[in-house]
Amino acid sequence: MKEIQTDLLQGTLDLLVLKTLQTGPRHGWDIAQRIQQVSQDVLRVGQGSLYPALHRLEERGWISAEWGASDNNRKAKFYKLTAVGRKQLAAQTESWERFTGAVDLILKTT
Amino acid sequence: MNGILFKLRRRLRALFHKSELERELEDELRFHLEKEIEQNLARGMNQEDARWIALRSFGGVDQVKEESRDVRGVRFIEELLQDVRYSVRVLRRQPGFTITVVITLALGIGANTAIFSVVNAVLLRELPLKNPEEVMWVWSTRTDRDKAPFTLPDFLDYRDQNHTLEQVAAFCNVGLNLTGSEKTERLQAMRVSANLFELLGVDASAGRLLVPEDDDPARRPTAVLSYESWQKRFGGDPQVVGKSLNLDGETYTVVGVLPRTFNLPDRDAELAIPLRPLLDPLRELRSSTNFLRAVARLKPGVTRQQAESDLTSIVARQRQQFGDPYLKKTGVRLVPIYEETVGNVRTALWVLLGAVGMVLLIACSNLAALSLARASARYHEMSIRKALGATSVRLVRQLLAENLLLTLLGGAAGFLLAIWGVRLLLALSPTRLPRDNEIGVDLTVLAFAAGASALAAVVCGALPALQASRSEMRRGLLSSTTRGVGEGASRNRSRSILVVAEVSLSFILLIGAGLLIRSFISTQAVNPGFDSSNTLAVRLSLPKANYPNRTAVSLFYDKLSSRLQALPGVESVGAISLLPMSPGLRVIPFIPKGQGASKGDSFVAQYRLVSPDYFRVMKIPLRQGRAFDSHDRDDRSAVAPVAIINETLASRFFPNNDAIGAQIQIDDNNTGPRPVEIVGVASDVKHVSLEDKPTIDIYLPIAQVHEDGVGALTNSMYWVLRSTSDPAALEPGIRRELRSVDKDIASADLRTLESYLSDSVAPRRFNLRLLTIFSVAALLLAATGIYGLISYSVAQRTPELGIRLALGASRKNIFRIILGQGLRLVGVGLVLGLVGAFALTRMIRSLMFGVTPSDPITFVAVSSLLIVITIAAGAFPALRATKLDPLRTLRE
Repeated sequence: MKEIQTDLLQGTLDLLVLKTLQTGPRHGWDIAQRIQQVSQDVLRVGQGSLYPALHRLEERGWISAEWGASDNNRKAKFYKLTAVGRKQLAAQTESWERFTGAVDLILKTT
Repeated sequence: MNGILFKLRRRLRALFHKSELERELEDELRFHLEKEIEQNLARGMNQEDARWIALRSFGGVDQVKEESRDVRGVRFIEELLQDVRYSVRVLRRQPGFTITVVITLALGIGANTAIFSVVNAVLLRELPLKNPEEVMWVWSTRTDRDKAPFTLPDFLDYRDQNHTLEQVAAFCNVGLNLTGSEKTERLQAMRVSANLFELLGVDASAGRLLVPEDDDPARRPTAVLSYESWQKRFGGDPQVVGKSLNLDGETYTVVGVLPRTFNLPDRDAELAIPLRPLLDPLRELRSSTNFLRAVARLKPGVTRQQAESDLTSIVARQRQQFGDPYLKKTGVRLVPIYEETVGNVRTALWVLLGAVGMVLLIACSNLAALSLARASARYHEMSIRKALGATSVRLVRQLLAENLLLTLLGGAAGFLLAIWGVRLLLALSPTRLPRDNEIGVDLTVLAFAAGASALAAVVCGALPALQASRSEMRRGLLSSTTRGVGEGASRNRSRSILVVAEVSLSFILLIGAGLLIRSFISTQAVNPGFDSSNTLAVRLSLPKANYPNRTAVSLFYDKLSSRLQALPGVESVGAISLLPMSPGLRVIPFIPKGQGASKGDSFVAQYRLVSPDYFRVMKIPLRQGRAFDSHDRDDRSAVAPVAIINETLASRFFPNNDAIGAQIQIDDNNTGPRPVEIVGVASDVKHVSLEDKPTIDIYLPIAQVHEDGVGALTNSMYWVLRSTSDPAALEPGIRRELRSVDKDIASADLRTLESYLSDSVAPRRFNLRLLTIFSVAALLLAATGIYGLISYSVAQRTPELGIRLALGASRKNIFRIILGQGLRLVGVGLVLGLVGAFALTRMIRSLMFGVTPSDPITFVAVSSLLIVITIAAGAFPALRATKLDPLRTLRE
């Protein structure tokens, strides 16, 4: 399978992380796995960009972190969306859709 | 808002709980790695592969960490803290260096801050008055003086006829006898127009101040206390408001206290009472003495010139209308109150600040040289750090952090030192500075200290930092054994510039101090005109009630003088109304001709009433005629009263040596000039200051004082005793005799004439001492700088010198090479200093006496001193260079 080891645009990664967290709190590894699964292995998030992104989002107050127990009872840091983050997710989703829609239009015309 | 708080909290956490954050980051990443390994294992890899692949895909743990840290947004501060921590370690490892720098800076910044806080309070801060720029001092201008007081009718005319002044208020000094407690006390006070405080816009610190109604003669007399007197006499008790004081037999009610920052025009005045012009017997008398001074507030929008010409036109009218008393009065001059208050100390204060600033600059350049030397010792360290990836910026920042830390320490210590230094300065200052009660440490002073520290940091630290960023670090690493060869040239140039600067600055300072020393010597060479050795002077105030007229005063004089004369150890006794060199001034107009001359011919003379023996006691020689004797009394009313004039008066107005027997008219009373006959010519005496030109003096016998002058005489008179041994031993006897003659006499102080003389030059001596201390400090610092430079260059040139010695250079040659290098710098510094000194000493012309700003003796002496000191400073290391062992230096 061809996988896209993208250097995802920074804003894109942020959007993916926010979206992933919409369904509930997850820890970093889980987020990476989830993105990989849902994108059917097309998108792989390198840890080198994931954690700085998480900390950046946390710094902005869009997500918050909390230490908790993972599946096999190990200590892990769980991230969840804040109210601000939820609003951001909605806004960014919308602008992303508009963007891709516009790109689609251009690609499909002519 | 919340967002900001949230961020702030996070930033603070990032700064102060860094280890916690680091641990969490570590945990988080480790968890991720473990999950990754788990997954790889689940995929069927063995343990080792699983781990290795996980690690590889992870892409460098430290990089991730570093990026996560960046997100925290406090990287800059973190690095700064790192720099500071490192600096603390470095500085603690070199306590000698650190202590030297901190102490030097503390002294330099402390002295600067102390003097600045004086300059700030006295010169820079606005006077504590409402719109002070509108307030003017009012002086009468005359044909013979351009700043004279005026009469009460003058003032009333100014007040009632002007169109340009919002308000005007007059005042004069007055001495009052305070009775009520067991002993009578003499109080210095001021009579002031009751609107004075309203005019100035000052508020009471307790009770109220005088209001215009207090001038009303129908109201009970009121008084306000000066803050100082309130503290001193009443311990700051607010209950003092409403208290009664018995002053000169009248009851005054204390209505309030002046603010701490307010000085009455007479600094020693303890209280102010209303002028009450309607009760003053002189209010109609246009020929009375000019005893009033005044301040005025201009109407909004009126310029000083407009007000001056307005008031001058009043004087013109007066002259037309009243004639004679106004012949000499030409108009009115307004001086801004700031000028009037601080004008006479301005130059001295700026000079002191400039001088102490130069000392700081010199100290800083020494420290810069020290830092340079240290930098070259750390060349190796810096090279390694650079090789390991430190950026130039980071290295420079590190050096700056060290310097900042040092100057911060020095500045803080200096600031504390300054708080104490200001007090010391004021305590040592012989004369009270104007506005000294406003001097203190405030925000401006704090800012100044901070600024001085910052400047010091830049001067001390910029050069070495610059050098560190510029120099080729790689070479430092390669040539660690021949350290100093690569970077020597430019570093030496920096140090040479520093030494030249030091030499020229200290030369300027030394010239300044030298000129003041020469001025002081000039004052000491001045002959005061009397013999101050073995004499004691005592100032007396006689209660007015007991001595209402001259007969009573004469009787008192006879009684006391015979008693004092009888004291053991007393050689002679005399009395004078105003002692030479004592504070105070008494001048009268006189006409150097007999009857029939008009008032327009009048001149002004120093006026003294003396006892017959006065000239003998003071050893003032008589050039012609006779001294007063016991026959010159008021009972010889048929004969004109007699007078003695001084040589200057005689030679100016009686050039044909015909003074004796001539008549002059003196205006020492309220009814107009009266004739006196000259019976003697005394040699000149310096009455006001050793630095003044000869004055014109007229002496009259105390026994013939005009009745109008009795009050002034009883208010204050001085008795002088010449002793056969130590004059101080006479004191108990004098006090005893005074008490037995009249126990109500207030005797203020007993002092030797010598102390009066030395007090008269005390301000000069004080300025001189400060400037001398500063310039000696500068000289020592410069010498240290030269010593350091030459030692350093000897150390640096050791291999070269070794070769020279091996090739046959004589010790003398080596000595000359090394010392010559220092002398060249001194020479350049001297030339620059000369230029600077010529320019700057002109500004302190007003502080000089008996020397010119380019006094050759001072310039030659200072240059020689500087050359000798610098040669000495350079000779030590140069001598050491001659003792080098060529073999050893070459082997090393």
